[in-house]
Amino acid sequence: MTGRPHRAQSDLAEADLEAALAHGLSAGEYERIVAGLGRRPRRAELGVFAVMWSEHCSYKSSRVHLGKLPGAGARVINAQGENAGAIDVGDGWAAVFKIESHNHPSFVEPYQGAATGVGGIIRDILAMGARPTATLNSLKFGAPQHPRTAYLTRGVVAGIGGYGNCVGVPTVGGETSFDPAYDANILVNVFCLGLAPASRLASARARGPGNPVLYVGSATGRDGIHGASLLASAAFTADGQDKRPTVQVGDPFTEKLLIEACLEALESGAVVAIQDMGAAGLTSSSAEMAARGGLGIELDLDRVPLRQAGLSAYEILLSESQERMLLVVERGREKEVAAIFARWELACAVIGRVTEDRRWRVWLGGAEVANIPVELLTSEAPRYERTARPPLPDNKAASAGRGGEQGFERRAPTSVEQALTALVARPNVGSKRWIFRQYDSLVMSNTVVGPGSDAAVIRLKGTGRGLALVVDSNSRACWLDPYLGAVFTVIEAARNLACAGARPVGLTDCLNYGSPESPAVMWQFVRAVEGIRDAALALGLPVVSGNVSFYNETAGQPIPPTPTIGAVGVLEDVSTRLTQVFKRPGDLVALLRTGRPSLAASEYAAVFGAVRPPEPPRGSDADEPRGRQEAADTCVLPSPVLAREKRLLETLVVLAERRLIESAHDLSDGGLAVAVLEACLNPEGFLGAEFELPEAEAGWQRELFGEGPSTVVVSLRPGREREVAELAGAAALEFRLAGKVSEQPRLRLAGLADLDVDELAHRYQQAVEAALDGYGR
Amino acid sequence: MRWGIVQFPGSLDDRDAWYALCRVMGAEATLLWHRQRELGGVQCVVLPGGFSYGDYLRCGAIARFAPIMESVTRFAAQGGLVLGICNGFQILCESGLLPGALVRNQGLSFICERVWLRVENAQTPFTGLGRPGELWRLPIKHGEGRYVVSGAELARLEQRGQIVLRYVDSAGRAGPDANPNGSLNSIAGVCNERFNVFGLMPHPEHAVEKLLGGEDGLKLFRSIEAHLA
Repeated sequence: MTGRPHRAQSDLAEADLEAALAHGLSAGEYERIVAGLGRRPRRAELGVFAVMWSEHCSYKSSRVHLGKLPGAGARVINAQGENAGAIDVGDGWAAVFKIESHNHPSFVEPYQGAATGVGGIIRDILAMGARPTATLNSLKFGAPQHPRTAYLTRGVVAGIGGYGNCVGVPTVGGETSFDPAYDANILVNVFCLGLAPASRLASARARGPGNPVLYVGSATGRDGIHGASLLASAAFTADGQDKRPTVQVGDPFTEKLLIEACLEALESGAVVAIQDMGAAGLTSSSAEMAARGGLGIELDLDRVPLRQAGLSAYEILLSESQERMLLVVERGREKEVAAIFARWELACAVIGRVTEDRRWRVWLGGAEVANIPVELLTSEAPRYERTARPPLPDNKAASAGRGGEQGFERRAPTSVEQALTALVARPNVGSKRWIFRQYDSLVMSNTVVGPGSDAAVIRLKGTGRGLALVVDSNSRACWLDPYLGAVFTVIEAARNLACAGARPVGLTDCLNYGSPESPAVMWQFVRAVEGIRDAALALGLPVVSGNVSFYNETAGQPIPPTPTIGAVGVLEDVSTRLTQVFKRPGDLVALLRTGRPSLAASEYAAVFGAVRPPEPPRGSDADEPRGRQEAADTCVLPSPVLAREKRLLETLVVLAERRLIESAHDLSDGGLAVAVLEACLNPEGFLGAEFELPEAEAGWQRELFGEGPSTVVVSLRPGREREVAELAGAAALEFRLAGKVSEQPRLRLAGLADLDVDELAHRYQQAVEAALDGYGR
Repeated sequence: MRWGIVQFPGSLDDRDAWYALCRVMGAEATLLWHRQRELGGVQCVVLPGGFSYGDYLRCGAIARFAPIMESVTRFAAQGGLVLGICNGFQILCESGLLPGALVRNQGLSFICERVWLRVENAQTPFTGLGRPGELWRLPIKHGEGRYVVSGAELARLEQRGQIVLRYVDSAGRAGPDANPNGSLNSIAGVCNERFNVFGLMPHPEHAVEKLLGGEDGLKLFRSIEAHLA
């Protein structure tokens, strides 16, 4: 067409653009679609672009940075081009693992949001041909006294249990914390690990033009249209509750059948490629499989199993109904595969085929409803190099979500007793038993160390080996310094594995941030990626998979930067695994150190003194007198020496392998005092400990309650101290005998405190329940 | 002897029971598909834990209609040994092979933890290697494990010694603090009147290896073996 468009046509173009904007696409993106297609998109196509180019599916703001993460390593199998990398864990076994967020759906509808988060990550692992074998989760809720926190916590925990318990995959560990910075945007990150013979990992790469495409699992309904894709790609506004209908409903029973049927189908050798239908459902699974194979795909929507008649192409393509998978099967073997799914009473239908033309073509009722180059949907999706800029002091995004709490006790404690008694009753410090007791941690008969220790340990049947698993995050540290906070998080995860006696072998990350359109948030994100990269490289750990969750903000208030790290370690002999608890009276208590503890970003500082950013306080903050004088103590994170951290990991593993130590426990929330108390809580009967402060002159506050990568508490049989000290010395680590384990359950700190372990334990064990009690069901 | 483990859609601890019997104990066990009608000559049928058919209705309410349950019912009527664990216990109650019912835990939450149990009757085929009053440590993991039964039936069960296992504390005392789910009289496991059908909420198959936290569950399985030997 040349010359001026007719008026009617320009109206039409305007209406198109409006529709695109309503779908969350920008004007520039719309132009790019028109240019790529060489025509205006049809209605269904517009919906398809909106989800495929959404932040959630395209990683358009993060992709340019994620390439910095090290993905390679001696143990890594097929990291390139598949859903995730796998790690060779020995004796022919591969471990596949990944962590994903389900933050927005869980905030809108906690039970189903969390449940479908579990279901989604399990299918991701299944899609790699591995049997889902364990899950862990990292949960961040608002302040316990916030009116929605108890409701959200109960709902999320029940949802994780409701799904995980029924699908038959044990929930073996996790972490939970409460912070007012998450009042209006909780985080639900779920990690899953699966196991497969290394030679039998599945592919998500379509192969063989003419091969049939099979749809298996639940029928497609209208639920969850735009659920994961668009809900997770925009910030919340005050009417976030109205999005409830976009949250999907989980059916763990069907997922259990799907796991068994898919594994059987994969074992038959007839399956060429497999992918789960997660965010953007049928659309993204089919387009991504075609893109990976450099091929095209044709789909006939009339053959898609539907829950109700009359769904439009738009609805079928964008439905995020759960418990569905897409398979490419060797031509001629459709019946064989269909018979497997029939035995498990699951729907199975041939809905299309692989083509050579690199186009994604879809029909409904005999009419073509979409015809798009595969690359335009996938690799050619927009990528943005967003502006990243450190926050100015008056930048709202910078001061948003800071760790300082409303109503913390302004008066510093005058005694160790006062401080410890207050800290152990905090839900961030206290036992999470109330939560993990609601999860089946035993099914599959592999759980050697369940929830409540530094890391979970599962055995690898038939090999004598074990795997240690952990998820960690430290949003207070990341808020103070997004780079060092991320470094801390990686170190902490790796340390937790080593404290179980396992050699760390790989990482996965879930990066939770506010809007990438804010330069300050983008800066936090970029710095975190760099922190993870530097720590992972220094510790020699590949990042085999990951997930980015942006737009975690409500009414312009972003969450603190929260990278969650999932980590996996290997025990050559699972019987050498360690737990955190002291084993017998008379054992020596010692500290292995790489640095001094610090009150910066500590729970102690959150309770007794504000955690502040390094820049000068402004506005109403300046009225608070404590800010500046405590800055040095509570606002600057110490820089860890990564080479020393690596030596600590290796030393712990060797100590465990040679059975030279009886327990190991890393400092976490509450510092050394809480770590020693936790070590006393042997489930077979509480023990006590007498010990001295390593550096009394540094002040008990920092020595007893400081955190950060600094100290590991170990216990050992008397007589072994020389050998342990020699190994520590050879690794240039500080080793210090600090005291001994006592039969009487008392915590005796030379000259500072003599406390009853039973009493502290009671407060510690009731912490979460007591914090939520009285705040509604 | 040969064991048969029934697989319903949604059974979860079926493989764990198989692992315990075959890999840990070295016994012979076969998996029995819910739609088959033959038991293949097994001497003891295990109905495993899990969420049969999703348990979206009452737990076990659908499974009792599975084709294999006709054979299990006949097998029990002929005196064959039937062991129902957790969901299997629920299915046995729904089928009428055991008295009573299992309802939502008193605390309303799912509970996964190790508990202490007291052997109340050591003369059944399932507990013959135990001593009366002996304590076993087994894990429970269920949301609907609160045993209820009519008052008259409860009195009969107690009187005939059909209460085989009771929840207790580590000192062997029963009471509200040691009763995880609010079961009547702290009942954890019951037998039928003929003592050939036994249902329990705790999971013996998850307590067969020291590495995984204990092996008291072996006493139960070995009692069955000894009875049939």
